Order: sequence, then structure tokens, then C-alpha cells
Amino acid sequence: MLTMIGKRLMFAIPSLIGVVIVTFLLTRALPGDPAAYFAGPAASKEAIEQIRKKLDFDRPLIEQFFRYTNDLAHGDFGNSLTTGQPVATEIRNRLPASAELTLLGLVVSVMIAIPLGVLAATRPGSWIDHLCRITTTAGVSLPVFFTGLVLVYVFYFRLGWSPAPLGRLDVFYSAPPSVTGLYLIDALIARDFETFRSALSQLILPAATLAIFSLAPIARMTRASMLAVLASDFVRTARASGLSPSTVIVTYAFRNAMLPVITTLSMVFSFLLGANVLVEKVFAWPGIGSYAVEALISSDFAPVQGFVLTMAVMYVLLNLIIDILYGVIDPRVRLEG
Amino acid sequence: MKRRDFLKSVTGVAAGAMVPAPAIWSAAKADARSETLLIVSESGPNNLDIHGVGTNVPGYEVSWNCYDRLISHEMKSGPGGVPYYDRDKFKPELAEDMNVGDMSVTFKLKKKATFHDGAPVTAKDVKWSLDRAVSVGGFPTFQMGAGSLTKPEQFVVVDDNTVRIDFARKDRLTIPDLAVIVPCVVNSELVKKNASEKDPWGLEYTKQQTAGSGAYKVTKWTAGTEVIMERNDAWAGGPLPKVKRVIWRMVPQAGNRRALLERGDADISYDLPNKDFVELKDSGKLNIVSVPYSNGVQYIGMNVKIPPFDNPKVREAVACAIPYQKIMDAVLFGLAKPMFGAAADKATEVAWPQPTKYVTDIARAKALLAEAGHPNGFETTLSFDLGFAGVNEPLCVLVQESLAQIGIKTTINKIPGANWRTELNKKVLPLYTNVFSGWLDYPEYFFIWCYDGKNSIFNTMSYQSKAMDEFIHGAVDAAAVGNTAKYDTDVKGFVDLAFKDIPRIPLYQPYVNVAMQKNVSGYQYWFHRRLDYRALVKA
Repeated sequence: MLTMIGKRLMFAIPSLIGVVIVTFLLTRALPGDPAAYFAGPAASKEAIEQIRKKLDFDRPLIEQFFRYTNDLAHGDFGNSLTTGQPVATEIRNRLPASAELTLLGLVVSVMIAIPLGVLAATRPGSWIDHLCRITTTAGVSLPVFFTGLVLVYVFYFRLGWSPAPLGRLDVFYSAPPSVTGLYLIDALIARDFETFRSALSQLILPAATLAIFSLAPIARMTRASMLAVLASDFVRTARASGLSPSTVIVTYAFRNAMLPVITTLSMVFSFLLGANVLVEKVFAWPGIGSYAVEALISSDFAPVQGFVLTMAVMYVLLNLIIDILYGVIDPRVRLEG
Repeated sequence: MKRRDFLKSVTGVAAGAMVPAPAIWSAAKADARSETLLIVSESGPNNLDIHGVGTNVPGYEVSWNCYDRLISHEMKSGPGGVPYYDRDKFKPELAEDMNVGDMSVTFKLKKKATFHDGAPVTAKDVKWSLDRAVSVGGFPTFQMGAGSLTKPEQFVVVDDNTVRIDFARKDRLTIPDLAVIVPCVVNSELVKKNASEKDPWGLEYTKQQTAGSGAYKVTKWTAGTEVIMERNDAWAGGPLPKVKRVIWRMVPQAGNRRALLERGDADISYDLPNKDFVELKDSGKLNIVSVPYSNGVQYIGMNVKIPPFDNPKVREAVACAIPYQKIMDAVLFGLAKPMFGAAADKATEVAWPQPTKYVTDIARAKALLAEAGHPNGFETTLSFDLGFAGVNEPLCVLVQESLAQIGIKTTINKIPGANWRTELNKKVLPLYTNVFSGWLDYPEYFFIWCYDGKNSIFNTMSYQSKAMDEFIHGAVDAAAVGNTAKYDTDVKGFVDLAFKDIPRIPLYQPYVNVAMQKNVSGYQYWFHRRLDYRALVKA
């Protein structure tokens, strides 16, 4: 197992090098001049040149690249110009915010989507199958920012049940001492239930927004995969042997149907982590997606590079975990390096 | 891990997530609310020090409230009774006394003034800070230069409590330039301790924390999320502010900022879309303040170096084809001061901005265009900054529609905020809309930037005219020696010429819109258009 993990990580190295080079070149190819942007509203040509010098953008591209890779090797991702902070610190602070939101959204989504998919598959054509179809179609066709705004409008503005959409915590709470960076878990570790409650109530609406969106792929995949498995020989054999329907569905069919669902889950998770920019914007969530987009808008190179690199590493790790999970769920899957 | 264990643990986690959180409340949080001002805005600072590299506009707000200057402005009653800074009246802030001589000005410092760490504010700190402002380069140095403050030798320590500033030349803008945000006084000993050889002015240190003597100090800053500021109870610069704590949260979504205000969760917000402001005003639930930008104009610019805009007749034709009133109604919802349609017999004033005499007159525009040799019009692009798309986009669509009526076919070119300045600098955009406003509220200051032949970045039209330069420099020199008659003639001269040659078409003077809860009062308009927390009161 360990040699397998080692091998897999080795294979990831060339792709990471590729990512470093491509992001470096792509960010440089962006139109727009960061020096002019950051020289401020009243800058003269000389002021812009001074800024360019300070930021080392006047050096040849190749020199900038070696400086960048050298810094990377020392764990330095550079400084963001828009927020003024080191990129590594920012990503470390913001990644847990996105991860917490995405994970919770995914958990909620899984809790609804998988039972829904299983039920739809066992009773094709019934009302629950139609319900599944309607929910997933609606979920996937409503853009997240729209769902988010509607939820804010109804539950915050109209009903006042939800707290103000002001990020991870209410204004008057301070973050729990950081252990994992996930406020829910950190608050529990610190036994600070008030903060836990505040963090959870802030999370409900954005997590629900994400859940509604990610419901569709998971439910559809569960349904399709369950249908295929239910039609297979071993399920027929199990049924013929007189096993109870619940044993057949849960023990025999569901476990075998889980592989494609897990694959979909991993894809949905990594997609959401980077792509929930809109949800982050609507709920003022200090996540990694909105960070990257803001940096992109202001041609702030370092955070964009840092973001892409972090995402690439996350994808590599996530794929590895999923592959290991395959082996745990289905002993027939043998991993090759 | 065994797969059975794994499957069990998965169900375990799922069940755990469903356990409801215990509901425990504390009353202390409610008390904190009444002493705290919650501000929401779209974006936050990227640097707490205005002397830093590329400090953005929200960063100016922090500097204004956390640092002191030698002098500041008095307030007067402005448009609509809103307290408005008085351009001509100065009041001491760190200085207790200002003595203007012929070629220098001397300041005596308040003896009880201290920095946030308790160190006294001395003349040495003042000199170091001003040296820093003229030496770091970029925007701060440039702004100091606008008041002829360019060399460290101009700042002289007389004794521990006295500083003299020598004038490089007679310039009416020198004293006002000492009251803008840039010449703030920094705790030199503290910053020097945290400076390095590579960074002699300690910019890295002051980027992350405030090291001033101002009424507030930043206690927590999470970039892109929030800034928390606490009152400095030992502030010597003026009467103790009423608000104890300011929490400034970034809420990117305009709709949510409005919802926060309407629900009463946020105390103040600005930069809401005009439509929201009008609706909030009508609903009457909030205090809404609208004040025109001082010395600021939104305009349609034409590059006079690019045909056919090199022909004054074409420019005049465009000026006659702009749907001025439609822009006021449909884009701004009335929240702006028109800069067009002055009565034909109205005399030019010694003031800026002032309205042109242009009105929408399609027939005249057509005739002018035919006269200029383009009876069938021409094709061009109309560019705008996407960073301000809320106003710029509908404005450009209206202009596009209207120009089509006289045969000018325009393609709209949306330029992302990051590129806008780069594109302006190249001076290749033929037709565009933009806004300019100067901190120092003097007509000649505006014209030096926007119309002068030295072709600064804000002379986006590349307009160069000998007659114009003569008027501008005449006015600057006349102001320096106090020759009012000559000054008035020259100001009228350059305004008339700008309207006759019309390289840029003034549209309107934009408004600063601020929405506050009913229990919040004390808003003051400043030239920098950011909030001054020191005067705000939350009942």
C-alpha cells in the first residue's frame, strides 16, 4: 500500500511541474498591467515605472520565473497585491473556510441524494422516481447565485430566521482557537458551544445552496448505478435465494453501486471547492474561490499561481484517496501504480 | 481499514452531523452592539499605510482615521445641509499653531499628543514622516509634489516641538496639500525599529499595523474580510470620538448590503447601486445622504489625435447627440448634478465643475457632422471601465443608441478594471467614458491634470493647446501671488476654451451616496469621499 502511494505521488511530480510552468506563463500572458493598476488612481508614468521596479516586473521573464520557482522551493508563494498578505498564509486561512462549507454542503447533499437515488432506482416510474427527476433537474438548472440570493431573501430578509450573510461568524463572535481551521470542529474542541452555534447558523444557508446544486449529479449517478446493479445476475440470484428485499438492496446492490457514486462525489467535491465562487460572493464567505477570482480581476499574479498550484495538489491527493477508497469498498479493485 | 469499519464510520459521521447544536446565549454580545459601528462595503484595504506600494482607496480610509496630520479642515454646511469640509479654513490637528510666513510655514506641535504606544509626538517624527512621503515614490510622492513638496530638505526640525516647512516656490496648493491624507505623521522610532536595510522606511511593518497617533487604531485586520478598529482614548487631535469600536466588513454582494441595512444589522453602507439608494430614500427607513463629488466630473472623452475626432466639428456633433437627460433619469435615477444644459445667456463662472450649454439636439448634430464631411457618419468604438459597470454600461448603451441616430456606429468595448488604466495610458481609445475627481478643490488643479499640454495620464484626450496652457499657468501663477482679477479671467478663459474645443464632454457631477441607520448621525463629507469615524455618533 505504501509503495503504491509513493509511486502515485512520484507520478504526480511531472504534472505539478507542468502546472507551475503553465500558470506562470498564463498569468504573464494576461492583458493588463499590475503596475498600472496598483499605482493607484492618480499615478503618473514615472510612478507606474517605480511600482513596476519595486515589484520586479521590469526583469526578463526567465529571471522572474527562476526567482518564482526558487521562492516556491522555499515554501514562499509570493505576496498578494490586492490583500497585501503572503499568498501562503492567505491560502492556509481561506482553504479551511471553503473546505468547511463544501464538505458540509456535500454531506447534506449526500444525505438527501443517495436515499433519493436508491429509492428512485428501486421503484422506477413511481412518484419518488419523478420526485428525484424533478429535484435534480431543478437543482442543476438553478444557478447557485440565484438559489443563494433567494435563500437569503426568504430566510434572512423576509423571515429573519437566518443570521446576516456576513461570512463565517457573526460580527461579535471571535474565531475559536485554530486547530483544523474548520470552525465547527475547532469550536467543539474548545468546548465553545456558543461559537459552534453561530458558525453552524452561518453555514446553513450557503451549505444548503451548494447542496441543492450538487444534488443532481449524485442522485442521478446513484440511480443509474443502482439500476444497473439491480438488473445484474447476482442480485437476481440473491432474490431467488429468498433474501429479504432490504438485505438485497442494502448489502448486495448498494455496496456494488457505490464505486461510480464515490467517483462522482470526488469530482463534485473538487469542482465545488474551486467553483463555489458565487456562493462565496453572495454570503461574503472568505473562501479560496473568491480570493482567486479577485486576484484574477486585478491581474495579481501570485495568488492566481498559488491557487492553481494548491488546487493541482488537492486534485492529486483527492484522486489518491478515492483510489484507496475503491480498494476498501470493493476488494476486487487492485491498485496499480 | 476494513471496508465494514469504513462503511460503519461513514454512517456514524452522517448521524453526528444531524445532532442539533445546543442553544446557549450570552447577554454580553448584545451590549457590545450598541457601542460598535458596523460598516459594510464592497471591498476593503490592501494596506493600512497610505505610503505603501499600491495602497488602494479603502486603505486611505484607515489612514485617515488612524493617523493624524499637522492640520485638517474645518466643516461648513454643504449641499442639502450635510457637513462639508471647508476648502479654505484649516484647523490644527497635531499642530496647535500654524504660522504662515512668506516662504515657509511653522507648526508648533501639541505637547500632549502621543502615539498609540504612548511615545510623544515630536518634530523628529513629523520630519521623518514627511521625508518618507516625498521619498517612497509612487502615489504619495506624487501627491506631495502636487503641492510643491518634493525634497526632504524642505522639512526642518526647529526644536522638539516645532517644525518648519520651506516652500520650494510660491504655490497656493502647498498648505492644502498638507491637509490631505498623505502627509500623515508616523511613529518614527517604532517603525525604524521594524525597518530593514531593504525596506528603510518600514513599509512592510506599517502595511500590517497602524503606527500613528490617530483617533482609532486597527486591532485586527483580516484582508478581504474585515477590519476592526478601537478608539484611542488618549487622542489629542480633537474631541474624543463617540464610537468606541468600528467593525468594517466586506460584503461583495450589493443586494446583501442593502438587505443588511434594511434589516438593521449594518449601521452604514456606501457604494450601493443608485437604484437601491433611490428606493431606500423613498422607503424612509434609513438616513440617506447624497453629496456631489468635489471637483469631480463624469465625462465622454474623445481622443483628439485620432480622426475623425481631430475635427472640432465632429466633437461638437457628438456633444449635441449625447442623451443627457436620459442618462440622468435612467442610469443615475437623479442622483447626480447635471453638467449640461446651462442657459444660453449664462455667463461663465469662476468655478469648476460648471455645466456646459450643450443639450441633446439631434438635428444640429446631424448638420454639424455633415459640415465636418461625415454626412453618413462613421464607425468607432466606445470604451468603458468594467470596474464601474453599474453606471458605465447603461450609460454607454444610451450613448450608443443616440449616436446611431446621427449615423455614428459604435461598438461597445468593455475593459476589465485591471486593464483600464493601462489602456488609458496608451491613449489609443477613440471614444470612452470616464470619471476624474481631484482631492484639491481648485479649478486649475483639475485643468492641470486633465487639459494641460504636458499630457498627463488624465489628459485622456491627448488634448494640447497653447492657448489652454497659457490660461492654466496664468491662473496658477496668479493664485500664488493673490492676483484675483487675473486669476478670474484665466479660469473663465480655460473653462470657455474647454467647452468650445470640447475634447471631453462633461455629463454630470457624481454623488457620494451613504446610507445609515436612523440612529447614526454625524456624517461629514471629505474631499477623499471616505468615512470619518471621528464625527459619527450612534445613539
